[in-house]
Order: sequence, then C-alpha cells, then structure tokens
Amino acid sequence: MRIIVCIKQVPDTAEVRINPETGTLIREGVPGIINPLDLHAIEAGLYIKEKTGGKVTVISMGPPQAESALRDAIAMGADEAVLISDKAFAGSDTWATAYALSMAIKKIGADIIICGKQAIDGDTAQVGPETAEFLNIPHISYVRKIEHIDKDTIRVQRLMDEGYDVIESPFPVLFTVIKELNEPRLPSLKGKMAAKKAVIQKWNAADIGASEDNIGIKGSPTRVKNVFTPQARTDRKMLEGTPEQQVEALIQELRGLKCL
Amino acid sequence: MSVKVNIEKCNGCEECIKSCPFDAIELKEGKAFINEYCQMCMTCLSVCPEGAIYEETEGKQTKNQQTSEYKGVWIFAEQRDGKVAQVAYELLGIGRTLANDLNTELSAVLLGASENEAQELIKWGADKIYHVKSDIFNTFNDEPYSKILIRLILMHKPEIFLSGATPIGRSFIPRVAARIKTGLTADCTSLKIDKETGNLLQIRPAFGGNIMATIICPDKRPQMATVRPRVMKPGNYDSNRKGEIINVPCDNLSSRTKVIETVKESSGCFVNLQEADIIVSGGRGLGDPKGFKLIQELAELLGGAVGSSRAAVDEGWIPYRHQVGQTGKTVCPKIYIACGISGAVQHLVGMQSSDIIIAINKNPDAPIFNVASYGIVGDLYEILPLLIKKIKEEKGI
Repeated sequence: MRIIVCIKQVPDTAEVRINPETGTLIREGVPGIINPLDLHAIEAGLYIKEKTGGKVTVISMGPPQAESALRDAIAMGADEAVLISDKAFAGSDTWATAYALSMAIKKIGADIIICGKQAIDGDTAQVGPETAEFLNIPHISYVRKIEHIDKDTIRVQRLMDEGYDVIESPFPVLFTVIKELNEPRLPSLKGKMAAKKAVIQKWNAADIGASEDNIGIKGSPTRVKNVFTPQARTDRKMLEGTPEQQVEALIQELRGLKCL
Repeated sequence: MSVKVNIEKCNGCEECIKSCPFDAIELKEGKAFINEYCQMCMTCLSVCPEGAIYEETEGKQTKNQQTSEYKGVWIFAEQRDGKVAQVAYELLGIGRTLANDLNTELSAVLLGASENEAQELIKWGADKIYHVKSDIFNTFNDEPYSKILIRLILMHKPEIFLSGATPIGRSFIPRVAARIKTGLTADCTSLKIDKETGNLLQIRPAFGGNIMATIICPDKRPQMATVRPRVMKPGNYDSNRKGEIINVPCDNLSSRTKVIETVKESSGCFVNLQEADIIVSGGRGLGDPKGFKLIQELAELLGGAVGSSRAAVDEGWIPYRHQVGQTGKTVCPKIYIACGISGAVQHLVGMQSSDIIIAINKNPDAPIFNVASYGIVGDLYEILPLLIKKIKEEKGI
C-alpha cells in the first residue's frame, strides 16, 4: 500500500501568549510543531502500513523551516518525507495549496492519502477534500475509526452531528482524520536516529510540474482583504459572596437575559 | 475556451465518458468526441490516462466579462432525514439581505426531501428552488452531492453560493469549489456586499477566533462561503410568499464511496453542540465522571447541550463528540457555562466567541475568568446543586 500523509507545520499554541492589550496571539519566537490533528494522520498511516505492508511518505508544503516537522514525522516511523517549498507558493489559499499537493501526490503515486481534518491556524478543513477533487478520487471526512482494510477496500466510520456513518471506498482514496481515531505514538530512539540521518527530498514548483497560473497569489481565487482583532470582552462581572449569594446574583443576571 | 480531444493520442478507453458529469462525451469511431453538453468542468482532463484531452483557450476573457455573466444568490438547503436543517433558514436570512443589496434573486438547492420542504424554503424567503428529488440523497455522500451541485452551478452561474459550515457542508463544498476553480471561505461569521466593487466581504475567525479576517474572491465566480450555524438570523416567514420550484433530473450520479450504514448515537441528553443556544461544559475540575450528571441535569433544565474540555475527554469521562476546543468543536452559543474548566488557550479558541460566558472555578487565577462575562469563584459541587435548585424554583418544577 502506498500511503501519503499530508502535514502542516503550525505555531505551537501551548507556547503562544495572548497580548492582554490587543487580545492577539504573540507568535514571535513560538516554535513550530506538527499540526495536532496531523499527528493522528501520521499514526493512521503507520497503522495501515502495519496492517497491509507498504510505505508511508509524509509530505508538507511550506517554508524551508517545515523540514523539522517532516523530521519529527520520520522519528514517529514514516519511511520518507518530501518538502514542497518554493517562493512561488507564497500566498497560496486552500485552492492553490490543494492543487500543489495534488501535483506532488501524482508524482509520488498513492493508494491512500491521509490528512488531519483541519489545521489549528487556518481552521478551514478545506485542503483535504479539495486535494481529493484535484486528484479525481473519492474522499471521506472526519474518520474516527478504521473498521476494516484489505488490499481492495477500506471501511471507516465518519463522525457526523448526530452519530456516525459507515463508509466503504475502493482505492485510491483520501481521508481526513479526527482526534478520536487513535493515539499518536511517541518517537522511538531508533526513529529519532533515523530522523537525524534522513535525507528530506525538496521539490519546487517545477519539480512537481505545477503551472504558475495555479499557485501562489496568482493561482489563489481568494485574497485576505484585511485582518483585525475582535473586540476584547470588557463586561466581566465577578459574582461575590457566599455560594447562595453568588447563585442568586447569577439567577438575577440570567433573568435579565431572559433565559429563565 | 473549449475542451478538445487529440484524436491521435486517444485510444478509446472510455475513462473520460465514465467521468463526465454531463454526458457530454461519446465514442465516435473508437475515439472520444465532446458534444455540445460540455460545461467545461475539466473532469475529463485529469482522468484521461493518455493525456489526450486538453483545454483550448481563445485569448483571455477580461475579468468583467467573466464575472458579470454570474447572477443571483444561491444557498444550499441541507436536509437530514428529509427535514431541512435549521442552518438553511439562517442562510435564507442572510441570502435575502445579500440578494436585496445586489438587486437579484435568491435561490436554494435542495437535494432529496419532499416538495413540501421545498415549499417551506420559499416561505422562508427563497424565490426559486432547484429541487433534485432522488433517494440517493437521503444519506449524505460526497460524490453525488458534489457532482450534482457542480452541474447546477456551471449551468446557472450564480454569483454567490452559501452553505452551512456543518459536517456535510464542510466536507463536500470544497470539492465543488476545487472543480469550478473558484474561492471558498470557511466558517464565515459575517457577510456583506462591498458597495464599491460589489464583491462579497467574507468575514471569518482564524486562529480560533483570536484574529478576524475579511476574505474576498475578486476575479472568480461564484463567490463561495460556508457559514457558521447559529450566527445568522433566519429570514422572515411568510406563508403567502410565492416562488418557483424547478425539478432537476439527476442521472449518472455514480459514487465510488458507499454509505453502508448510518448510526444515530445518543449519549443521554442529546442536543447538537453546534446548534445549541446554551452549552454547559465540564472539565478536569469535576474530578470525577459523576460530575457530568450535574452538568447534564443543568443542561437539560436549560434546554442546552453538554460540552467538555479536552481533559475530561482524555480522562474518559465523556465521549469525544462533546469536546469543545482546538481539537474538538468550535461553538458559539448564546450562553456557555464552563464548570471546572481552567481555560487553556486550546479550549478558549473553541468557545470564546460565545455571547455570554459564565465561568465557575475554584481557582481565582484560572484563565477562563479572562474571557468570562460572569465569574464565580467557588466549588462547583456547591454552586451547581444550588443553581439547579434555584432554576427549578424559577421554572416552578
């Protein structure tokens, strides 16, 4: 089974501090980590490899620093990693990102492509399904359990609002995973050694045959017009006194809000 | 612009015929032939193993020619078990406003469900319903959903297309945008028309709501967005409103994925987190899975849903579907009651856009108080029973 896991390097929010005056995140000096849901995607790739045999290739599109995220993936047990990096990709929205990823995936060749449901910085959850459409293959979102996998089909549970669906698909297929699917393994000592030594392949736009009309700002249908900080909450009221008094005060407030 | 076949390369394998959503390719003398039904969706280009199909451009069209062909505001009326979801009425509300601002029509796409549901959409504000009646839409499946929608959009060319940012919308709408080659903005919380350019200003939170971004899609149409449920107000209901229902045929909607089974899961008090007006959430401070009994009792009393922090899910006290935060759900109810939740950034980003936040925590320095509208420093095992008792008195239970 040829397995490709797509990952993104994001700022570590556990290290992010909020500027109390502006309410914005202070991102300077914050280390990059593998997007948390992508760890579950890597784990899923390794799990499938253990079940069916094959190879796990981890790919990431991003700046040169994203190489460290790929090394972390190798430390977890991935076989190889490719960094898709080119100044020409700068400013790519989800459409242009999905296009570039699909071109790289076509070059590598895959039976299964796994992505985290969404990244914690953009929160769009769009790149996975868009990539599947560019590859003209089916996709399954929000996978929470792999029920069965053999050489011809995969059967998974997709989490929905009111329950779950059991979905079966032939290969190739792309799926996006949620946290419930598995517990990502920690890097082994052997893995860490491998990560140190690993040669990370680096591909630019020409290497993946990407048309310049479809990447970067030029290839992105959407533009960020402006960015602003939502108004910070200034209406906080601490309810003091004995528990009875606190609850009474809260009831008063709730009454005022017409919730009772 | 047109799609052409290089006859010399074509070996008549028929892969493109199977892939075409429009029945626009036939086999003539052993070679693929593209007929007048072609909508230039370019699906065949990517499936042809020989690379025999190509796009021929006859000089670039100017931006205005391209975008001005597109007219009207469309919304996707999601249905579950044959009932139109609440979010569809909210989309009709904002859709009506946008359509009025642009002086154009408001249409809804309904896949599956009955004629009666289509009529309801008209009463809630739609001028036109594209209704595709077929059992294949009863259960959600990405491929048939996206194929029919791609077909409708390419044929009718709306300038704006909105869907709910629900599990269904966020799964299949990206496929549609990718195919049509247009922009899609995820999880918008505000939409308006830029008076100068006529572009749709799509405002959405990023980084868990710490930053807001205005996104535009200036040169491609339709301008597509998914819209966060419960943020927009439903339109005005008028039982006398008249509109047109267009029955759309749906042939050849094959799917590689199969939905084998749909399982409903309920965990006691079941209200959908993302559609709830009130959420009562518990965290590590509960100290014990039994704490969720109190949380649930309060939630039921208030007609709300039960949420939790990641810590409580990791402890195994409550299923993952209740988790609010970065690796769980993003919610914005009218009232969010956080009990025994300290308020790590990862939790805050999932709930801080709630209208009113009530925090109950033993530790006066807990970061949850920084985002709270009302804070109670105290033991939740003292506060919650008192609160439940008081609310019961209020309600006369």
